[in-house]
Amino acid sequence: MDVQLLTYIFVGASFALYIGIAIWSRAASTKDFYVAGGGVSPIANGAATAADWMSAASFISMAGIIAYAGYDASVYLMGWTGGYVLLAMLLAPYLRKFGKFTVPDFIGDRYYSNVARTVAVICVIFVSFTYVAGQMRGVGIVFARFLEVDVNLGVIIGMAIVFFYAVLGGMKGITYTQVAQYCVLIFAFLVPAVFLSILMTGHVLPQTGFGATVLDAAGNDTGVYLLERLDRIVQDLGFGAYTEGQKSTVDVFFIAAALMCGTAGLPHVIVRFFTVPTVRDARISAGWALFFIALLYTTAPAVGAFARTNLIETVNETQYQELPGWFYNWENSGLIGWMDKNGDGRVQMSAGAPFEGKPNFAGDRSQATGDFGERVVTNTPTNNDAEVYIDRDIIVLANPEIGNLPAWVIALVAAGGVAAALSTAAGLLLVISSAVSHDLLKKTLKPDITEKQELLAARLAAVVAICIAGYFGINPPGFVAQVVAFAFGLAAASFFPVILMGIFYRRMNKEGAIAGMAVGLIFTFSYIVYFKFVSPELNSAEHWLFGVSPEGIGTLGMILNFVVAFLVSRVTAAPPEEIQHIVEDIRVPRGAGQAHAH
Amino acid sequence: MREENARAYWAANVKLILSYLVVWFVVSYGCGILLVDVLNNIQFFGFKLGFWFAQQGSIYVFLALIILYARSMNKLDRKFDVHEE
Repeated sequence: MDVQLLTYIFVGASFALYIGIAIWSRAASTKDFYVAGGGVSPIANGAATAADWMSAASFISMAGIIAYAGYDASVYLMGWTGGYVLLAMLLAPYLRKFGKFTVPDFIGDRYYSNVARTVAVICVIFVSFTYVAGQMRGVGIVFARFLEVDVNLGVIIGMAIVFFYAVLGGMKGITYTQVAQYCVLIFAFLVPAVFLSILMTGHVLPQTGFGATVLDAAGNDTGVYLLERLDRIVQDLGFGAYTEGQKSTVDVFFIAAALMCGTAGLPHVIVRFFTVPTVRDARISAGWALFFIALLYTTAPAVGAFARTNLIETVNETQYQELPGWFYNWENSGLIGWMDKNGDGRVQMSAGAPFEGKPNFAGDRSQATGDFGERVVTNTPTNNDAEVYIDRDIIVLANPEIGNLPAWVIALVAAGGVAAALSTAAGLLLVISSAVSHDLLKKTLKPDITEKQELLAARLAAVVAICIAGYFGINPPGFVAQVVAFAFGLAAASFFPVILMGIFYRRMNKEGAIAGMAVGLIFTFSYIVYFKFVSPELNSAEHWLFGVSPEGIGTLGMILNFVVAFLVSRVTAAPPEEIQHIVEDIRVPRGAGQAHAH
Repeated sequence: MREENARAYWAANVKLILSYLVVWFVVSYGCGILLVDVLNNIQFFGFKLGFWFAQQGSIYVFLALIILYARSMNKLDRKFDVHEE
């Protein structure tokens, strides 16, 4: 059977599974819709959190980013996992005890203020929409690459699937489909990784193969460690050593902190911990979530190192006509572009970009080919020896082909990529719809609506959110790609401090919280906008505040938030007696019971 | 009495959290970022130690921390009689 047909079968079967789960787990009440009835087991919630958390970018792009950035990519690995420690100790158990439905719910009640609630709703919607647009695009791209359908058609198919289970099942439908999606995506990520590890080092576990010695083509041990070899070959090509960083320590420190605190403050992650039955479950569920995430996050750096080594050794200085088949396939889809600058017919790799921007081709292979049969690239060449553009996404997408794996593995990777994108999109859409129907409508604008009406409103809000997300997926505004990475900084500078102080500092009042959130958010937002959009030419270390890049600035925004909130709360009245009782109550596990139905 | 008990429970919890967060900080920001160049002089199997902490070790330690914290809190809940039924 050919790859195309197998891919249709795998992706189709996974869709049938998701729809089946959606029908089985329809939501009957608002509690079902918002928090899956509050009865999800900690292991299932851990798997659902992992799928929710790991987006198309984690699945498709991360190993590629690591392969190119080496040590510098460690901030993503530590930043996106270390946040779960904060979540397990500082936020999840207490928010579970609080037992409401959403993050603005907590902020609105704890700070006895609809202004605070509304600010939180706006932050939730802003952070979630920037994030979800990228996911919808991701679904489209996976479809386009593996099934050769139009990106836009892919987005519409993705919308239809999410529509089905998010609108019908709410959190309940989403939770159980996410568990299934986790299984699909982790299997799809690990299978090629294990094959590659065995091929290159003879180790079954990529995590140990990463630190092992490399085998030669005949399968004999060369006695040279993989990382040592990789360091040497990248340095020979003029890059910095793979295992050493090029970014400044200060910047790495701030980026890691922004990612960790941002992870702990992201509403679609926090809300997952409202779905487990007890406080005790909330704590250990964060452990399960990190376990499931760590399976991918400890494998990805190994994949990055294997693939980079393999790629350079296969491609560099090889005659174009003698390259393996995948090189031409990905050249056909535009992810690889070769410009033979020195006219020797061999592909040279070297530090620096081969030409300006992504490759523009003169036409497809039948229309315009160069001297050696390559597709003609029309970009302006740069003044260095590099000749080949290789998109980072290739690392994961082409791994099965690079490792000569059977066709079903390629089909599996396609299904995994779609699962990763869909699960994250659904989680975000639910957060948006509950912010609208619960926090805005029920808690602020029309408190007298019945539960039935609220459930209907939640479903309608989900429909509208899917349509907007789909629109952004089809017409991606230029800023989305830029902004997604900053969602973490914004979450770190707004939600994280306010929730943390709401639990750990009884004296924190509404004036302090609102001032802190506003200052943290405005500071972080302006800094990012200034360097990314107003004066991008100044976006370099010598112009940054304390040498902190826009990616890491959320940490400074967070510190500002803490300081301002503390100072303001000292000079204004203490929160009312009953609020202080709420704080004392959420600190003790007993009496959590089921999530309150309002 | 009940209030005192709750306060003592909370103080014990905060102490526990702080000690775990020290480890969390030392492993990630310490070994993985600030001291990475020093630790890179040490070879750990095929890894430079600092690099290993940054791309593998810190994640394992994070996982261990959450599991240990959840276990100690279960004990603490019982000790102060605030556990869930």
